[in-house]
Amino acid sequence: MMRYIIKRVLYALPILMGINVLTFGLFFMVNSPDDMARMHLGQKHVKPTAIKHWKAQRGYDLPMFYNTHAKGTARITESLFFQKSVRLFAFDFGVSDAGRDIGSDIAQRMWPSLAIAVPVLIFGIIFNVLFAMLMAFFRSSYLDLSGVVLCIILMSISSMFYIIGGQYLFGKVLKLVPISGYNPGFDSLKFIALPVLVSIIGGLGAGSRWYRALVLEEINKDYVKTARAKGLSEVRILFHHVLKNAMLPILTGVVVIIPSLFMGSLVLESFFSVPGLGSYIIDAIGQQDFAIVRSMVFLGSILYIVGLILTDISYTLFDPRVRLK
Amino acid sequence: MKFALLWTDSCLLVVVALGVIFVGMGLRKSPMRRAFKRIISKPIAASSGIVLLFFLLIGVLDSIHTEEANKSSSVLDRIMAPVGDQYEKTYSAPIALDLFTTETMSKNGQVQQMHPRLKYPPPKMNSEALKWQFIEKALYQSLLLDGTVLLVLLLLFALYQKGVKKGARIRFSAAQISALGTLFLCLFFIFSSFAISRELHVLGTGKIGQDIFYYAVKSIRTGLIIGILTTLFMMPLALALGIAAGFFGGWVDDVIQYIYTTLSSIPGVLLITASVLSMQTYIANHPEQFTSLAQNADARLLALCLILGVTSWTSLCRLLRAESLKLREIDFVIAAKAMGTSNIKILYKHLLPNLMHIVVITLVLDFSFLVLAEAVLAYVGVGVSPMTISWGNMINAARLELAREPVVWWPMLAAFVFMFTLVLASNLFADVVRDAFDPRRAD
Repeated sequence: MMRYIIKRVLYALPILMGINVLTFGLFFMVNSPDDMARMHLGQKHVKPTAIKHWKAQRGYDLPMFYNTHAKGTARITESLFFQKSVRLFAFDFGVSDAGRDIGSDIAQRMWPSLAIAVPVLIFGIIFNVLFAMLMAFFRSSYLDLSGVVLCIILMSISSMFYIIGGQYLFGKVLKLVPISGYNPGFDSLKFIALPVLVSIIGGLGAGSRWYRALVLEEINKDYVKTARAKGLSEVRILFHHVLKNAMLPILTGVVVIIPSLFMGSLVLESFFSVPGLGSYIIDAIGQQDFAIVRSMVFLGSILYIVGLILTDISYTLFDPRVRLK
Repeated sequence: MKFALLWTDSCLLVVVALGVIFVGMGLRKSPMRRAFKRIISKPIAASSGIVLLFFLLIGVLDSIHTEEANKSSSVLDRIMAPVGDQYEKTYSAPIALDLFTTETMSKNGQVQQMHPRLKYPPPKMNSEALKWQFIEKALYQSLLLDGTVLLVLLLLFALYQKGVKKGARIRFSAAQISALGTLFLCLFFIFSSFAISRELHVLGTGKIGQDIFYYAVKSIRTGLIIGILTTLFMMPLALALGIAAGFFGGWVDDVIQYIYTTLSSIPGVLLITASVLSMQTYIANHPEQFTSLAQNADARLLALCLILGVTSWTSLCRLLRAESLKLREIDFVIAAKAMGTSNIKILYKHLLPNLMHIVVITLVLDFSFLVLAEAVLAYVGVGVSPMTISWGNMINAARLELAREPVVWWPMLAAFVFMFTLVLASNLFADVVRDAFDPRRAD
């Protein structure tokens, strides 16, 4: 087991390096730091000294890969690639273009993101499974069919509609919750209630339709026929036998996104003005702060790869038939 | 008058033509014909297919741009004219005669707050009663026209059944009834909204006085381009790399697997964001390559499709690799190899036709996802150019209008309803297509 995990982590390294080089290429090769400076300072009427100053302040005045002016190892380390990209491996995110420490920003902003993402995940699974089981219980009847059609309709509505509609209905018309904002601590409950509700409803269509397919795949298997032959009730078969086996793909499908929960949701957070990592990225995009976007791309990829490794491990935990080599 | 096709225009027209040829060629083969028959025999697929065809028709009409007196406009613009050029001062409610906001005006020598009259409705339509009279007439006329079209179609159908098929009785299947019903509804919506739009703003006007109905209809093209062109860029990459990885194996497989694992490890939105930001900086710093604003916006739309394509080919590639890995070991491929058939011929004759169902299913499933994604990307600020008319931009602009008192709901709702109709139709259609093409689900 341990050997397998180590092997997987080692496999992940070249992928992370690839991501690192790719993001470096996107941000520094396609557009030179000069372009970025001009973007920030304005296209016209900008003096070369101002660009130079902007670059020097943010450490963008180094050569790309190899510094001929330095000595020894500094020839490599005193380059843009090393300073801006390689240091990400040590979770050293550096300073944003606006001059703030990205690492401490992330540490501070991940809690509001989690406060929304965790309840969404947990309640989302519960509701999706319940809805899917309900459809499976009434399978190949009109109730099932209308359930599927309802799922497709829910899937076809833009996520923006759920957010804007939710804010309008619950925030403005019914005045049950504040439209947007966030307060840390126990007070946060009234602020996260609406985002959580909105994103559960938004995910209900796609989620429960997929889970229904998983449940229906199990329902024709031999052990279900045996259970039925023994005279068990349909409810007991569904919730005791089928659910246990259907939970396997559901849970392993969920594990992959657990690490990414830190990242929060881009649109949801910025609509509800939650100071999480999702709105952090949106703000960075709005301000053209490439240092933050670059760090978040790398962080997001690491979390996703961790999720993949956890998925493989969870297979052995949930399903004794799977042995890792 | 001469044609002035934008880049995206030519791409979309080429793809639509290729699609028609592909379907036409495919129908000559019996498995494809069977799948096609299975699709159109389902009432849901017949209805959603007709809705999609109407959307496609509008998109294609809007993609044929012609230039006249230095002004480029599409065929759709000409059909809908003068709606596109009629700008009011600011908001006005659907089919209203007056502006939504009040202004201080002097009337009969008295200064008072009142809603000024819109510019577009003709002066002779000066009361609510006259307006409703006009709308009633428009609805009645379009119903009449629609009924005539349907009657002609029914007659042709009856003649076909009596004459060609020599049937004793004329009967309709459920799919045909549902298709005719949808056709009737679609035509009625098109005719009546067109008729009303001759003298009124059907869906009101937005903040800068733009006609919302015109904007919502124009957005169809943007949605279709994002949904269709992206797959155009994605498909060759996914097909070539997926088949190569599965068929040749070895180091080719390793390299391709590495590439797509790396790309798919980066969260989708972030990769798109990063690419779009670099692309925007490039366009901003090279203004000489994009002479007009329309060209600039068009280049951004095309680049967005390219980026979406490059970032989303990985899942299709993975599926194709797994399938070709399986096909490589199958008897007819081994037999072809043993008889000395060249690799190219095996790929083209044996592998490609057996992978097509995966490609078709992915295409239709991705389409609705991409149309929805456009709205989110517009909000994030990395979508189409703000110059381009799209549902995402409409929603983004209308976002704050719900906070106004009284509420301005029509720009937002129009964008959502149009988008919802397209996505729902394509989702329903995709569902049936998947069932028809998936060998595991074949009945």
